[in-house]
Amino acid sequence: MGLLSKKDAKLITDPLADNNPITIQVLGICSALAITAELKASLVMGIAVLFVLGIGNVVISLIRNIIPSKIRIIVQLIVVASLVIIVDQVLKAFAYELSKTLSVFVGLIITNCIIMGRFEAFALGNGPWRAFLDGVGNALGYAVILLVVGFFRELLGSGTLFGIPVLGDPIEKTGLYSIGYENNGFMLMPPMALIIVGLIIWVQRSRNKALIED
Amino acid sequence: MIEHIELFFKSIFIDNMVFAVFLGMCSYLAVSKKVSTAVGLGAAVIFVLAITVPLNWLLDQYLLQPGALSWLGEEFADYDLGFLSFIMFIATIATMVQLVEIIVEKFSPSLYNSLGIFLPLIAVNCAILGGSLFMQSREIETFGLAVNYGISSGIGWFLAILAIASIREKIRYSNVPGPLRGLGITFIVTGLMGIGFLSFGGMLTGGDEAPKEASQVNETIKIENLEPVIEEEKEIVTITKSEN
Repeated sequence: MGLLSKKDAKLITDPLADNNPITIQVLGICSALAITAELKASLVMGIAVLFVLGIGNVVISLIRNIIPSKIRIIVQLIVVASLVIIVDQVLKAFAYELSKTLSVFVGLIITNCIIMGRFEAFALGNGPWRAFLDGVGNALGYAVILLVVGFFRELLGSGTLFGIPVLGDPIEKTGLYSIGYENNGFMLMPPMALIIVGLIIWVQRSRNKALIED
Repeated sequence: MIEHIELFFKSIFIDNMVFAVFLGMCSYLAVSKKVSTAVGLGAAVIFVLAITVPLNWLLDQYLLQPGALSWLGEEFADYDLGFLSFIMFIATIATMVQLVEIIVEKFSPSLYNSLGIFLPLIAVNCAILGGSLFMQSREIETFGLAVNYGISSGIGWFLAILAIASIREKIRYSNVPGPLRGLGITFIVTGLMGIGFLSFGGMLTGGDEAPKEASQVNETIKIENLEPVIEEEKEIVTITKSEN
């Protein structure tokens, strides 16, 4: 890669698999599970976190040498809260229906552990460009899990993807529904998201034995 | 009185902070390895929620809601400071948690030591901010109800972390497959507990409320319930017509 050195490229690829913020670092679980009943909501949430984490990491990295250590949590909270307010207002202005579905979970990005976790672990000790890459990488790792969970929940729960019916029409009984297939409405309920993430963790750790706990 | 009891049981069992809306999962997963620390953290969460939700209710009522500023003077009645909610809520929460930390360190150093880093981390626990945000979005009407909501949602979270800690202590001696050990099996067990808690959905008067993430879901369910009634009326009309 000409643009990024090998070390920098790792900042983006690591969180996508081996250092995934949700399944390995165990951060950012809250909002990951609650809104994944629709793929569209998962995608928008992923983009929102990308925006907040990318820009937040850069801002914190730029001011890291002037923040007194005692109040750094408060400074971080203010930076995140301001960015999230921007995201929330933009969503309410341009995608009102979606902002109603996401309801309080946009605000909860503030307490999303990934953001504070990456500020503390990376942005406070690295330069702005690398902090930006780290933010982008972790946000993408988070978005990947959200999209996978959202994919299965929406497909199996309502037979649609991004709102487009892909298995046929359940009322007209075309496509897959003609042989008696029914939507598994249970997939749209919150606990199934937990079980799907548990299964993702199972798959991930089977492929990489080093991640198994004892 | 009845609405207090209703809100109390609804917040603990139906809108349970962990099983219905997944708030506070990070500390829930991290601290649930031993029952004793789980109990300590749960108690701290109840305490912080009981204080911050009513405080934020006051802020919301007299500062943030549209038209809230009318007590300052007529010309302020149009102001809508709702967009400042996030910053104001998190500011009160961070302050209260700092206070709780000082008090706990003074009166119970052993609890302070066993909780370690997780006490200040309550400030960024989604459950605390989530409690305040849900209080705002569900438009809790009185101060008393806000106190009720704070305490009962805290109790719900406490119940969840107590249950999972007890199960995790037992599971350590079971034959969990390698890749599932630790985090994976905790997720699946939590999911199963969530399924169990769904059974409380029929508890309320009316019985057509389901655990929900946004009020939209509730509205669509109510609309669906209306349709069969309309169809029955149509049948009655057609039967009477054919008799004529």
